[in-house]
Amino acid sequence: MTIKQAKPLLAVEGLSVEFGNSRVVDDLSFVVQPGKTVAIVGESGSGKSVTSLSIMRLADTMGAKFAAGRIVFGDRDLLKASQKEMRTIRGKEIAMIFQEPMTSLNPVFTIGDQICEVLMLHEKMGKAAAMAEARRLLDMVRLPDSEQLLKRYPHQLSGGMRQRVMIAMALACRPMLLIADEPTTALDVTIQAQILTIMRELQKDLGMGMVFITHDMGVVAEMADEVVVMWKGKKVEQGPVSQIFADPQHPYTRTLLAAVPRLGSMTGEEFPKRLPLTVLENDVPTVVGEERVQDTARYNDVPLLSVKDLFVRFDMRKTMLGKVTHRLSAVSKAGFDIYPGETLALVGESGSGKSTIGRTIQQLQTAHLGEISFNGRSYSAMSAADRFRMRQEVQYIFQDPFASLDPRKTVGFSIAEPINTHGLVSGGKAVRRRVDELLERVGLSSAHADRYPHEFSGGQRQRICIARALASDPKLIIADEALSALDVSIQAQIINLFMDLQAERGLAYLFISHDMAVVEKMSHRVAVLYLGQIMEMGSRRQIFETPRHAYTRRLLSAVPVADPSAERNVTLMEGEIPNPVRRVGDEPAILAHEEIDPGHFVAKSA
Amino acid sequence: MAATTSSFRFKSLEFILGASLTVLICGAVLLSDVLFPGAEKVNLLSRLVPPLTDIQHVFGTDPLGRDVLARVVAGGKISLLVGFTSVFGAVIFGVFIGLVAGYYRGFWDMLLMRFADLQLAMPFILLAITFIAIVGGSLTNTIILLIVSQWVQYARLVRGSVLTLREREFILSAQAIGVPDWRIILQHLLPNLIGPVIVLMTLNVANNILLESSLTFLGLGVDPTIPSWGGMLADGRTYLQTAWWVSVFPGLAILLTVLGLNLLGDWLRDSLDPTGRTTG
Repeated sequence: MTIKQAKPLLAVEGLSVEFGNSRVVDDLSFVVQPGKTVAIVGESGSGKSVTSLSIMRLADTMGAKFAAGRIVFGDRDLLKASQKEMRTIRGKEIAMIFQEPMTSLNPVFTIGDQICEVLMLHEKMGKAAAMAEARRLLDMVRLPDSEQLLKRYPHQLSGGMRQRVMIAMALACRPMLLIADEPTTALDVTIQAQILTIMRELQKDLGMGMVFITHDMGVVAEMADEVVVMWKGKKVEQGPVSQIFADPQHPYTRTLLAAVPRLGSMTGEEFPKRLPLTVLENDVPTVVGEERVQDTARYNDVPLLSVKDLFVRFDMRKTMLGKVTHRLSAVSKAGFDIYPGETLALVGESGSGKSTIGRTIQQLQTAHLGEISFNGRSYSAMSAADRFRMRQEVQYIFQDPFASLDPRKTVGFSIAEPINTHGLVSGGKAVRRRVDELLERVGLSSAHADRYPHEFSGGQRQRICIARALASDPKLIIADEALSALDVSIQAQIINLFMDLQAERGLAYLFISHDMAVVEKMSHRVAVLYLGQIMEMGSRRQIFETPRHAYTRRLLSAVPVADPSAERNVTLMEGEIPNPVRRVGDEPAILAHEEIDPGHFVAKSA
Repeated sequence: MAATTSSFRFKSLEFILGASLTVLICGAVLLSDVLFPGAEKVNLLSRLVPPLTDIQHVFGTDPLGRDVLARVVAGGKISLLVGFTSVFGAVIFGVFIGLVAGYYRGFWDMLLMRFADLQLAMPFILLAITFIAIVGGSLTNTIILLIVSQWVQYARLVRGSVLTLREREFILSAQAIGVPDWRIILQHLLPNLIGPVIVLMTLNVANNILLESSLTFLGLGVDPTIPSWGGMLADGRTYLQTAWWVSVFPGLAILLTVLGLNLLGDWLRDSLDPTGRTTG
């Protein structure tokens, strides 16, 4: 950055925000120059979202008190402005995009009406002029067929399209400052790459300043000019993006960067590796844990789980007489084996059918066709009692650690549930002892058993879910996006926990994820799914080092790289994933696979 | 797993107020025969004595010279009996049906809910007249009638909550573990949807006390010579201009009962919800 320009667009000076007695933002200062992007990074609870809501003065309604500081925008101090004045600034001069495009649009109004509302309110346009402008805005965010889109309702659009509509709305009045609060976190990587490109280009065209809030260091590297690192409400480091990445000063920044999974970091390795972690001990980054090659897979054994020609379909629309007219083919002819001690990753974007496969294996979903066998025995040949036993042998970990624990039950109750259900240990004391052991194994203490889920952080809750999954002593654990909702540093710890448990107990994992960097870190073999079919399957090296299928390559190239100096060579996938709901009789073509290398299968294009 | 810490906070204003009101009223009503043995004694010489003028009749007397305080206390027997039993009956019946219909969906759900719709579409008075015409009016039949007419509310409320809850991941993960259905229903669904049920219960106790009196007024309910709060309210209506106390005191009794129950209900709902409570 050059010497401070005469007049920054936004200057936050010594801002402190309090909720009740707790100070969530403490003495924060930064400036945003016109046309530049400041990224605020930090983990959940670091105060980054409160900062953005304070700039908009939306934090007031949540009960925030501004204990000290100024937020200077143009000539005025926003903290002194009344809510009435703020209403003329919000949307017009400072616009904001939120994380959830699903909930930020009103479901009962058309897209056109919602964009027009902003224009008519702030720009005092007439209805016809506003509609024309709305269309231009949709074209600007590169939404196809904007004329028709204006008449549609939010639920008819995909997540990526909705987020583009949100951007169009935010830019409707040509704001000078755009605040984006985790705008791409809820989106698939390929869609994320599209949105980030659009945002970058629009920023260049309109010359606006941007405050970009995220926890994803890859996104930071791509978007930011200047980075503010927040930790526990305080700014711990600030600097140009290249400097933060190349030479982080503060111990917290160093641990944060060390924890970021980097795509390509495992190149040349035959097996996944358990790597030591950098953690903060008394504010000093310390490397803990051992480095170990994860050669736990026993390929000479009988496959633990074998899935053959699996089809899962959902009936979407019926005639009045109950005849099915439209179907969603969630999974089409999927087949794979998982060996004891092996981690097989299923990767793909939302709607690719990866969770459906997991749920079918866990018997939460019935298959249309196909065979699943466990230890050489087919599900269909099993008695009801045997199938019940399968729920002990196979465990499922869900994505959202907040939703997958019963809020009304103690953690101890939840962990004891599989033990009691399958009668593994008898007697209240023995069960309690087992629960304590499990809690300690996942890095919590036995005192936690009497507490309720809301008293734990996201990372701790996911540990509790892992303890519950281990409680029944399973052979296979299906982890459905189990790391996606966690902060990177927590994510790294949980990955190591998964690997340690695998080495200890010879567990096999079916690891369902959309995060390619995490998959590269921990899996032995990878299957890439697209619209319910396996596009490519092979060992981790085959998929990541010599990807053959075009879709695998696109998926890999869309992953943001946590290195600001890296040249981006993105073959952007334009458009959206096609709608998988089809008329009966118009089923998607089943692709044949060919084995190009031993164990490396690629779908032949139809 | 037995919780080592008690889940109930007794030191809350809601609990102290609610419990003392409820205990006071219920206690007085239960002991009414001992406290006021001659509640129904007619004394035409002291008709419509205003309250606080005669030490014998602190709340005054009614048009037949009966002591209002004694009648309010005695009248609580019928009112509370009808109010409580009908609500509990409807809750047990409605919650069970709602849980089963919502959790299993399918044919039974459709059948039960269409039946519920049918019943909701029928006016209460029509249902009451038909029902009483067939089985005859009595205390038990009044209670049964109230249960029959109100279980639908609970069933619909519970079914709605179950439909959203059963898609939540903690229910899915219980299923994934292999927890039997009845345990999922009792241990995971029920505790998570009991809050709104408790609120509806406390509101319905008051509602049913009044409904009982309307039924009695129409000659469809309990024997009208037995005092009840609702009946007294109805009787006092004609004297409202000249002798307000005849109807105000039974009204006050209903109000305080409902207030007490509402406070207790709120306290119970909050106590059952571990979020917002920190275990030390």
